[in-house]
Amino acid sequence: MSFFDYFKSRKKNTSASVAKERLQIIVAHERGQREQPDYLPKLQQELVAVIRKYVEIEDDQVQVELDRNDECSVLELNVTLPEH
Amino acid sequence: MAKIITVTSGKGGVGKTTTSASISTGLARRGHKTVVIDFDVGLRNLDLIMNCERRVVYDFVNVIQGEATLNQALIRDKRVNSLYILPASQTREKEALTFEGVEKVLNELSETFDYIVCDSPAGIEHGALMALYFADAAVVTTNPEVSSVRDSDRILGILQSKSRRAEKGLDPVEEYLLLTRYNPDRVERGEMLSVEDVSDILAIPLLGVIPESQIVLNASNQGLPVILEDESDAGQAYDDAVARLEGEEREFRFLKADKKGFLARVFGG
Repeated sequence: MSFFDYFKSRKKNTSASVAKERLQIIVAHERGQREQPDYLPKLQQELVAVIRKYVEIEDDQVQVELDRNDECSVLELNVTLPEH
Repeated sequence: MAKIITVTSGKGGVGKTTTSASISTGLARRGHKTVVIDFDVGLRNLDLIMNCERRVVYDFVNVIQGEATLNQALIRDKRVNSLYILPASQTREKEALTFEGVEKVLNELSETFDYIVCDSPAGIEHGALMALYFADAAVVTTNPEVSSVRDSDRILGILQSKSRRAEKGLDPVEEYLLLTRYNPDRVERGEMLSVEDVSDILAIPLLGVIPESQIVLNASNQGLPVILEDESDAGQAYDDAVARLEGEEREFRFLKADKKGFLARVFGG
């Protein structure tokens, strides 16, 4: 470790802290997907198809998420309608 | 009834075979009748690490297919009593490890052994899934590096959903983190994820931290399980890990960089 590194390493944004931050985000995201039931992507597709009968929307304008609690699960459906 | 311990990681090259060799040797050295099985069909290497590559006559697949008995295929270790090696096949297809075949061999071993250590291949394909499925405990071998940590988390997900214990609704597989190739100097400089970082992310109990050491390559060159290098830091770290696996409490060692004087730190060294 040289003179400048000595001061640099005291700072918070070391490459290790960047690694930790990136890992926390990706791992949390992948765990979330892991816990989703297999039928969710298909459900989302079919919902999009139904809504499209009435409103013109893109695939990514519908978000389906399942939140599991101890007592019950909540299926959250978020549809962003286009502006008129 | 034997306890089945699978050494796994997802990512390749993190030290699964080195760890399997040391853990099985450590358990046998503590007086338990132990067998270590190589699940890496086609890329057999445990035999080299255990220094028995010239004594392989029959292998795991031969036993599954009824071409040899278990007693014919098991290789008795020459250094440690009550340690046996079951080598992988070098020539067969991976699919030769059938579910029923693996189960039958494990059941038969379970009658006479205390511990069965399964050395998993890298990846999440057939051989790795077979090694995982029957596990009672999993030693998730991880390097302090982003891709290894992510892959370890993926393996934990598979253990929690696709293992025998998960499918049958039994107690979940015991999961342990083994951090290998740890370099305290680089951690202190902020160049490497620390034990705390990796433990935070994976959130499973820490079994051991093996320092990065030249001894590991030296030992594999000679076909000597690292744990038998009693004088070395890596050997002692493996010995601690095996003791913890059996519920013993041992303080973690080799986590701090060598203390350097102020001048050495400022001017490099």
